[in-house]
Amino acid sequence: MLENIHVALWGVAILKFLAALLLLLAFAMLAQRRLLTLINLLAWQGAVLAIGTGLIAFMTNQSELWFSAALTLGLKALLIPVVLRRLLRRLKVRGDVEAILNIPLTLLAGIVLVIFAFSLSQPLSNLSSTVTRGMVGIALAAVLLAFLMMITRRKAISQVVGFLAMDNGLFFTATSATLGMPMIVELGIALDALIGFVILGVFFFQMRDTFDSMDLQHLEKIREE
Amino acid sequence: MTEATILQIVQIIFVLFAAPLLSGYIQMLRALLQNRRPAGLWQPYRDLWRLFHKESLVFTDASWLFSFTPYLIFAALLLAAGIIPILATGLPLAPAADIIALVGLFALARVFQVLAAMDTGTPFATLGAHREMLIAGLAEPALLAALFTASLLSRSTSLSMIVIHLEQLRFALHPSMVFAAAAFFMVLLAENARIPVDNPATHLELTMIHEAMLLEYSGRHLALMEWGSMIKLLLYLAIGVALFLPWGIAPVSNVVALLITVGILILKFVFAGLLLALVETLLAKLRLFRAPEFMATAFLLGVIGMLSYFMLGA
Repeated sequence: MLENIHVALWGVAILKFLAALLLLLAFAMLAQRRLLTLINLLAWQGAVLAIGTGLIAFMTNQSELWFSAALTLGLKALLIPVVLRRLLRRLKVRGDVEAILNIPLTLLAGIVLVIFAFSLSQPLSNLSSTVTRGMVGIALAAVLLAFLMMITRRKAISQVVGFLAMDNGLFFTATSATLGMPMIVELGIALDALIGFVILGVFFFQMRDTFDSMDLQHLEKIREE
Repeated sequence: MTEATILQIVQIIFVLFAAPLLSGYIQMLRALLQNRRPAGLWQPYRDLWRLFHKESLVFTDASWLFSFTPYLIFAALLLAAGIIPILATGLPLAPAADIIALVGLFALARVFQVLAAMDTGTPFATLGAHREMLIAGLAEPALLAALFTASLLSRSTSLSMIVIHLEQLRFALHPSMVFAAAAFFMVLLAENARIPVDNPATHLELTMIHEAMLLEYSGRHLALMEWGSMIKLLLYLAIGVALFLPWGIAPVSNVVALLITVGILILKFVFAGLLLALVETLLAKLRLFRAPEFMATAFLLGVIGMLSYFMLGA
């Protein structure tokens, strides 16, 4: 019995630490200038997510969550980053990300978003009684930060990274708010993200063929006469 | 005299005379890591000795501020050395200032240093002063954010109380403190003119920040300034140790534990010096206009620390 209490205490402490790490990674992605590092950060975020899900599975003895953790690790930490890296090489995109806002300003905007997310999620986490209730705010903040990254970046690839980071945030929100959704929903979300990713991959090549560039500003010029 | 008073005096003397040793140690490690032959642990003492025996020249146009500043900086840092719980908590001077006032004390020293640099009117010193304020103005919020995280956790702004509280918590994992520690370390590098922001050993005037302000000083004034910055480095490391690795700092009544405390403390400083030397060898100096970004990151880490305290309650 005592051992169980210890496991629970340490488990919650590590889970909180992972949640904080997720937030840090979201900010690191927001501050990052190089595309390759951005993709590596995305992979790390996926790995943290997988570890967190595995930990919840271990603590609550839900066997379904183990599958979900394995899926996250395979898909978000390994497969998607590898494919993105290959895409980057094949598209021969130059390494730097062009941000619309300068980076310190983006980071400050990020802090404001985190505070907003925190105040937004407070009534939500008061309702919930699970061990992970404090993490809803952080998960929501991760989603909003990914949004901010999509808004402030010009290149198509960093927008896709932002999209996938948002998916990570949503996944974490769901896991922390409900301690694991039904398997079918999780599979659906994972599949959705994967399909979106494939479509965007095709879109990259189309875009390069049409404009010879990855800058999304070119898309603004396409108008029907 | 009570034990506490004696311990207080011992601590101030310890800081005073250990600071050049720490600087010498870091310089030695850096030299070894960079395949140079080190000048030895005692080189800073020799430098200070030499400077104290030289004549101090003062500009004919300089005001009283110029020759007053070295003493003021030295005094402010000595006072800070009495306040920070390095050897023990609950020292007689500890209630004199909490962490906010402590940051203010450092700021006082810096403002006078900047004013004295501008007092001479030479372009390099003025340039250094402007740059120092650029860095300092951005570093201070980051420092306060990191310190507030620690004081939120222990519900007190008194450094002594914080250390007592954190010492009891021991090995509990606090995400907020991890962020605060990262932010504090970045501020430590910036405030003490260490490498990613400034190079303490530079001879190139155009890249200087901190050193540029000392260009017009000589003799014992320069010695006091140099000694002051060594003490400042030691104090920052001591604050870092007190907040993030407080194990072994005992209350004042326990004199027997003092020997163990000193042993652990030296071990911590040896480790911290190694970390600093490694960081300074592995990193390159940032461009000046990247420094605000560096400080923004430190501020961000500090704020995330505070936020994760509120969100996660740990």
